[in-house]
Amino acid sequence: MSGAASLGVVLAVWLGAWWANARLSAARGRVPRLLVPAIFGLTLLVLWELTVRLFGVPGVILPPPSAIGARIADSADILWTDFVQTFVKGALSGYVIGCGAALLTAVAIDRSAFLKRGLLPVGNFIAALPIVGTAPILVMWFGFDWQSKAAVVVVMVFFPVLVNTVAGLAAADAMQRDLMRTYGASWGQALIKLRLPAAMPFIFNGLKIATTLALIGAIVAEFFGSPTRGMGFRISTAVGQLALDLVWAEIAVAAVAGSVFYGAVAAVERGVTFWHPSQRKRNGSRGG
Amino acid sequence: MSDPPLAAPGAGTGRSGRVGLLVWRISGAAGPVLAVILALLAIWYAATVWLNAQWVLDQAARADRMAGFGDILRGTLNQERPVLPAPHQVAAELWNTVALQPVTSRRSLVWHAWVTLSATLTGFGIGTVLGIALAIGIVHNRAMDMSVMPWAIASQTIPILAIAPMIIVVLNSVGVQGLLPKAIISAYLSFFPVVVGMVTGLRSPDAAQLDLMRTYSASRAQTLWKLRFPASLPYLFASLKVGVAASLVGAIVGELPTGAVRGLGARLLSGSYYGQTVQIWAALLMAAFCAALLVGLIGLIQRLTLGRMGLAR
Repeated sequence: MSGAASLGVVLAVWLGAWWANARLSAARGRVPRLLVPAIFGLTLLVLWELTVRLFGVPGVILPPPSAIGARIADSADILWTDFVQTFVKGALSGYVIGCGAALLTAVAIDRSAFLKRGLLPVGNFIAALPIVGTAPILVMWFGFDWQSKAAVVVVMVFFPVLVNTVAGLAAADAMQRDLMRTYGASWGQALIKLRLPAAMPFIFNGLKIATTLALIGAIVAEFFGSPTRGMGFRISTAVGQLALDLVWAEIAVAAVAGSVFYGAVAAVERGVTFWHPSQRKRNGSRGG
Repeated sequence: MSDPPLAAPGAGTGRSGRVGLLVWRISGAAGPVLAVILALLAIWYAATVWLNAQWVLDQAARADRMAGFGDILRGTLNQERPVLPAPHQVAAELWNTVALQPVTSRRSLVWHAWVTLSATLTGFGIGTVLGIALAIGIVHNRAMDMSVMPWAIASQTIPILAIAPMIIVVLNSVGVQGLLPKAIISAYLSFFPVVVGMVTGLRSPDAAQLDLMRTYSASRAQTLWKLRFPASLPYLFASLKVGVAASLVGAIVGELPTGAVRGLGARLLSGSYYGQTVQIWAALLMAAFCAALLVGLIGLIQRLTLGRMGLAR
């Protein structure tokens, strides 16, 4: 096909899908709300495939989605080892340790107004820093295996969770605290029965931010040295060999792992903070 | 700087109450913050002694003598390639590479920081402009909203940074090098926070305000410029702070895969190859300083802009 005809095909697919979405989005209800983004995503994939094939884009620049899909099927065992190494061993263990430590620290400094006033600005400041840069140091300290990745993740998730938890522990208002005092509740009872539950929306906000950070930390730390497996290792070596279909396969796995991880934490949040206004049934089409 | 010093008696008179309040707030937090920073420094020194002690003990064992506490203290705080450099070593390295080198030299950390910062700022600018444009499209077109918005939100949960090496290498193979590939990664990372924040912001005017615009018979463009855009600014600034921090991380990570020799990421990488821990820490502190500078700058613009608009809290 000539270049102009190819361009025509691509444009026709685009316009057709857009027209379908424009019609669909006028309708209300649950089905269009799921269908429209699905059509949009599929259209992007089809356009990608068409562009690569019709214009003969070389595979070392952009492999078509079909080749990436085939690669995922072929290299399922490699992808699984990498997933276990990076996500389960590195990201997940670091996430649990880091978030746990941040929660305990927040409860510990909660009794001291002085510490809170001092730690909050410092924590907020550190949370905005490029902490991923500590990766080379931690790789030197903890070796190439997953322990150093977990350590990077601990450092990355600690401060966002800490800052959110400290803010959350202050969320119960004076009236409610007074009620606890009139009940003669001890500090521990007030913490368990009032302040921790009241803090949950804030804590989960931190925990959700931390899911993405955990995966980023585990992957980027592997760029600084790793055993011969792991998602970051595979991405950096496959890029060097111009095996871009494998790179895209790893990215697809990372994307799915990231969304599922986030979704799982969000699901726990819905269970724990069912009482909060943000979790009440939404009506209308604004997803969120 | 012709203003009278704020601490002088009566210095606050004639100013808005907010300035006085701000100073009070800063000084109220300064003590605790200083205490925490000093505590962190103390922990750092203690960790330096603890982590580097093994090397001193080994040396002493090799020389067949006992190392007392004083020897350990002296030996740990001034090693050439320590496990953890002491704060004063990092400070000395920073002073050497920042103040004592000409800014155009390859040994100057300022030069490396500028290489990274220029990519960050270019990318951040591109990402912000595109993000705002897409957000305006989403707010005005229902089909676009329903198609793109779920993907924009979902993209925040995936580790986008993982594609950085691929972007660098692919662009390299088609002949694009230097600042642009890193800027593209930075743009990509700041793009989605800006889209999500800006869509929320552009939708923040309530129905009564939108109705008022309709009774004025304002066009959509007028509604956008006179109501939606001003109302979105607090949300925009919040996302800009997130976006600029992400942009900096993107530029630093973008310097890793090609074995670049310029930029803060390259300093981190070469430091980790050659075991130059002091160099890594100096680069890390410089990156932290850049992040603080960028976020602080946006915070300043935010305060000035929102203050002018009467939106400041």
